[in-house]
Amino acid sequence: MSNVATPAFGAPDFDAVVVGAGPAGSAAALELARAGRRVCLVERGPYPGAKNMYGGVVYGRILDTLLPNWWEEAPVQRWVTRRQTMILTETAATTLDVRNEAWGRPPYNGATAYRPDFDAWLAQKAVDAGAVLVCSTTVTGLLREDGRPDGKVVGVRTDRPDGDLTAKVVVACDGVNSFLAKEAGLYPTVDPANYTVGVKETIALPRDVIDERFGVRGDHGVDIEILGCTGDVPGGGFVYTNLDTVAVGLVLSLPELSRGDQRPEQLLARLKAHPAVAPLVEGGDVKEYSAHVIPEAGFDMMPELVGDGILVAGDAAAMCLAAGIWLEGVNFAIGAGAAAGRTAARAVQRDDTSAAGLAGYRARLESSFVLADHRRLRDAPHLVMGELAQQKMPRVVNGVVEELFTVTNPDPKPRLRTILRRQMKRHGVKWRDAVKDGLRAARTFG
Amino acid sequence: MAEPTHYPELSFESRMGSVEFRVAEQAHIVVDDRICADCSTRGCVVACPANLFVPTAAGGILFNYEQCFECGTCYLVCNEEGAISWSYPEGGHGVVFHRS
Repeated sequence: MSNVATPAFGAPDFDAVVVGAGPAGSAAALELARAGRRVCLVERGPYPGAKNMYGGVVYGRILDTLLPNWWEEAPVQRWVTRRQTMILTETAATTLDVRNEAWGRPPYNGATAYRPDFDAWLAQKAVDAGAVLVCSTTVTGLLREDGRPDGKVVGVRTDRPDGDLTAKVVVACDGVNSFLAKEAGLYPTVDPANYTVGVKETIALPRDVIDERFGVRGDHGVDIEILGCTGDVPGGGFVYTNLDTVAVGLVLSLPELSRGDQRPEQLLARLKAHPAVAPLVEGGDVKEYSAHVIPEAGFDMMPELVGDGILVAGDAAAMCLAAGIWLEGVNFAIGAGAAAGRTAARAVQRDDTSAAGLAGYRARLESSFVLADHRRLRDAPHLVMGELAQQKMPRVVNGVVEELFTVTNPDPKPRLRTILRRQMKRHGVKWRDAVKDGLRAARTFG
Repeated sequence: MAEPTHYPELSFESRMGSVEFRVAEQAHIVVDDRICADCSTRGCVVACPANLFVPTAAGGILFNYEQCFECGTCYLVCNEEGAISWSYPEGGHGVVFHRS
């Protein structure tokens, strides 16, 4: 695909081609168009968002600078005013339950949304600013200068007849599998251990039933993140509310999933049957089942972000943040896409879209939350997916809570330290390991 | 985890029936079944969320691309070089999500 000759003369079709109209691509196209550059936004789905799926919450603060008062028009399902972290064993649950009414008022915090709605809305903003959106078009490879395999990237080949698009710069926002970043040689290795697969059911329930089950009113909603619900496979679960549907899903580590004997939907059925989850999700029709791979390992799996004539943003650059208490991605994609768009616009203006001319992209990201958070939290995905957090901690936590609140009269109440010691011993947690991981967690989160 | 009370709660066919697929004429994934015959791990069979990889009595793998989520799980877990050739379907085709 890469050895395609390009015209020896003539201006490129566009200043920039952005591949993928997800949040990263649309933010990049928006910033390029606003800077007055000719930008083409190519999407393989019939509409933006058609191929996209996630674990539920968009954090919109990054939109404040791009689209002031975005909350007045963004296609949101519910504003998250209640979030829970639930730690499960087979029969028990311990939950941290947080409510904040301020998150339900402008400027808001997190929102649930259907990605086909949200992504199409954001792409339309890029179109309104002057970007050319081309849907139903799959990019099949990169065009290289003079057709040399290691030549500068000078456009993309698509599956349309005469579908080559030449450009001064390509912004690859083509998602977690990013064939473009791989073709450009920006991913040194691809290790399945860095990836998880997410599966999700969207279940229809009447709006008042959802309000009642989740204890919210109006356009307020709930996001629940769950640990200890994936059997022998490292991962996690989630439940969140849309207006008249509830989403329930799992995120599963690929190597262990593929070595096990439980299929994703079987593990999901077990979560749905858990006594703490069943009352929330039971009874409705499954309106849509979906699946998507997630770049779980964050900073440690990121590719080179800049090549000769190419930038990478969003899941294509592994920018999804899977850091335990923080599970974010759309915001990182928007932040990185906007930075890529600004960098590309400037490079076009200065007529230098070489790797050197585009190098400012990385600096922009380093000085923003995108790489600052990822760098600081680089250990978090490993901690969360480790045996202690996945298998032992949920048992110890629920064991301690059970002993703490089970009244044992006529025996006197045991001391907390006695309970903790007993539970750690029962579940094979060594003090040394607990302290070691505790220190790692303190360094990461503290 | 407790055994579900009424498992399976949803047949796999109904589950996949909830998803829109605009099936392309040409397969976007090609499986070289001769390579699969020598594979002992077969991670794709259990991990593919759409259950598109089915072992055959002859020791190979039967594969269907039509209800593919285009997630990439299969090629990521595949241990056998060259067994799965993976690309995206023709533009406008393949899975189309609405409430994801």
